Amino acid sequence: MVKVKRLVLDVLKPHQPGALEFCRQIAASGEGYRVCLKVDEVDENTQTLQLEICGEDLALESIERVIADMGASLHSIDLVEAHNPADAD
Amino acid sequence: MSLSRRTSQLLRISDSGAIMRRYLIVNGFDGALTMLGLIMGFLLSEPAELAVISNACLAAAIALGMSGISSAYVSEEAERKRELDKLEGAMITPLDQSAHGRAARWVPILVAAVNGGSPLLISLVIITPLWLAQAGVVLPLPPLLLAVAIAAVLIFVLGVLLGRIAEVSWVRSGLRTLLVAGITVALIYMVSG
Repeated sequence: MVKVKRLVLDVLKPHQPGALEFCRQIAASGEGYRVCLKVDEVDENTQTLQLEICGEDLALESIERVIADMGASLHSIDLVEAHNPADAD
Repeated sequence: MSLSRRTSQLLRISDSGAIMRRYLIVNGFDGALTMLGLIMGFLLSEPAELAVISNACLAAAIALGMSGISSAYVSEEAERKRELDKLEGAMITPLDQSAHGRAARWVPILVAAVNGGSPLLISLVIITPLWLAQAGVVLPLPPLLLAVAIAAVLIFVLGVLLGRIAEVSWVRSGLRTLLVAGITVALIYMVSG
């Protein structure tokens, strides 16, 4: 089964919640998620972020839900890494 | 997510923690000073029945509470709505289903509860000796004097809290609020004594 291991997302978010809280919430949305956030641009009310999420099996829908719940919006999916592991037998 | 974590998230997102802390102390101080003034008025007047005094104080406490709740709710609701509209404009997307939308709905209620609850609770604590005396409980001091003493202690404690928030000497801050209470009592003496 093909599994998504890495995503790089372009996200626009309000200043609140802060970067730390934002990362924590996304990391908490799935087991084993690792989140790396880079602020690309800061505006008066918003921040443009590059969000890199790694994990064994990323679920984009739940990540999008968490992003929207924190008032942010997903602008684009800039990178996807998917694996199709060979059968064990 | 637990209720307390959800509440603290809403307060963080809306940056309302400091406002609530300020309302808690400022309106608590209002409540304590109002009760102190009322009780001083009764102390300097013709002796009245304890039931009359406690009813007057209770009515004033309820009015303070209602005033705090309604004024804070109306102003905070307008302020939060304005901020949400501004943020929605910047994000070019509706945010009513997000944490920001929830904060805009819930924070005015929380702030109003603190703004009204603080003077109400402090007033109720101050007038407790009047109720205890009415219930026949023996007190170490006459009920009105004990109520004044409780008011002074609470005013000092509110000053201490202010000092801790401002990270200045808590003793000095407590004594400063106590001085305000002393000036209030002196003014009441001068006007009605």
